Amino acid sequence: MTNTLHRYGDAASFEDDYIIFATPSNRRNDIDSIPKLKRFLEMALPFRPVNLGDPVHGGALRPARNLGPQSHWNRDMKPDFQAVIDGIDEPASVVAIFDNRGAAEGFLQAVVDADLGLSVNISTSIKGAEECCRAAGIPRHSVGYSLGFEGTTEKLPNTQVLKLMTMCGHGMISASLAKKMIDWVKEGRRNPQQAVTYMARFCSCGVFNPHRAQRIFEEARKKSE
Amino acid sequence: MKIVWVVESGQTHMKINPRKCVACGNCTYICPMGAIYIDPTINRAVINRDDCVECYACYHGMSTENLNPPIVRLIRKIFQFARLRFDPEPDVCPTSAFEPEELQWPRVIRRAFSDPRATHESTGVQGRGTEEVKTNDVTGRVQLGEVGFTIEFGRPGVGVWLRDIQKMTQALAKANVAFEKKNPFTHLMSDISTGTLREEVLNEKVLSAIVEIKVKIERTEEIIALVREVEKEIDTVVALGAGTRCDENGEENLLAPILERLGYKLERAKTNTGLGRVSNSVEAMETPVTVGEIR
Repeated sequence: MTNTLHRYGDAASFEDDYIIFATPSNRRNDIDSIPKLKRFLEMALPFRPVNLGDPVHGGALRPARNLGPQSHWNRDMKPDFQAVIDGIDEPASVVAIFDNRGAAEGFLQAVVDADLGLSVNISTSIKGAEECCRAAGIPRHSVGYSLGFEGTTEKLPNTQVLKLMTMCGHGMISASLAKKMIDWVKEGRRNPQQAVTYMARFCSCGVFNPHRAQRIFEEARKKSE
Repeated sequence: MKIVWVVESGQTHMKINPRKCVACGNCTYICPMGAIYIDPTINRAVINRDDCVECYACYHGMSTENLNPPIVRLIRKIFQFARLRFDPEPDVCPTSAFEPEELQWPRVIRRAFSDPRATHESTGVQGRGTEEVKTNDVTGRVQLGEVGFTIEFGRPGVGVWLRDIQKMTQALAKANVAFEKKNPFTHLMSDISTGTLREEVLNEKVLSAIVEIKVKIERTEEIIALVREVEKEIDTVVALGAGTRCDENGEENLLAPILERLGYKLERAKTNTGLGRVSNSVEAMETPVTVGEIR
């Protein structure tokens, strides 16, 4: 799973994008890992994450079943962090997303102190992760670099769409939906927060960063590509 | 107009129930492969079976209502006649028209590699089915002086045919690389020594798949040159990742300089903080992680 590695953008565009995840390793430390995974996410709450998630049940913004006719005017736009924590029922990577380095550093320090014994990774700019580790007083163990997209890149959409859709690294957010939402925001049919919420519901593991997405929508509203 | 299911024997796949569909068009935008369209002959949304990768973004990602289809169609016609804009929520299927079927071999491969909620049976891992350097602190998958490449095809939003990926795996096998054993794509190979995939899966399309290999760090330039050459024969995008172990001080001064010399501007990375440790009993563990000698 490289679902956070290949987000499109330069280092500056990841200033509000810090993904910290805990991963139980199959047949190494997955037994009895569920309480640790829940605790990992609970520890994130005081640092005000912008999203939480697990790959089995999704993020803090989820699609709803059996909506009523009136729900079009009253849909819940708020993330439900507790539902993510309560829903963890099997060993899998769980993720907490932050929109600033201070929160990421504070959370990583709390995780170090808790000593859960699970693998913990930071996915962000290289420098951002280095500084988080330095603040927590731990050396990096391993690093996986994104070398970007190659091959038939002419099949890729414009960079604004690419930035939005690659925030679901599993590819569940389509280029068409991202483009449509940019158009709707430009037309004033929806505001950026609404557009972000629609898109986040498709991200099946919760790594979508609503804060960064909202910023991209604000930029695209004034000048789309 | 009477609309009936067209059921092809042995060809199960995600379907849109034409008795429920109201042709609102919402789903045509949310399909990552662009494989859903309104068929003008029946005025219903249908799925292009060849291009559908069974990712279930339509089924899992859309919110659903259970409105009465004839009434919704009537309202839509009235609005259309009056040239009024109908402005529904864009992520909702108003009549819960998507109906998945139990997939059969080999089509089930599509879902296994495209639906992140599906756990890969071969590795026991969700998503793309591999832990790569994320758990390197407990697996020791990539050691100092080694580089683990993740060569991912099809993402974002393009998709890839497995017959095309085979071009890469065969070229890599010829170059004597070690394929990662705990990677689901390696399990699709009928002959790992030649990088040949099982014949029956070649004509399946997936949203993305990762080929994972490991070599000595000295071979970095050679492998990247090889990947770039074979990419020319493959009609999709490739996302390349390169992972390695840091030294005892947390520094990584071996791989990054090589990559920068090759022209890569290193912006983003996944950083393993080294907080993991083995806690399962010895019986629950297994040791071999790669296939072939590391060269």
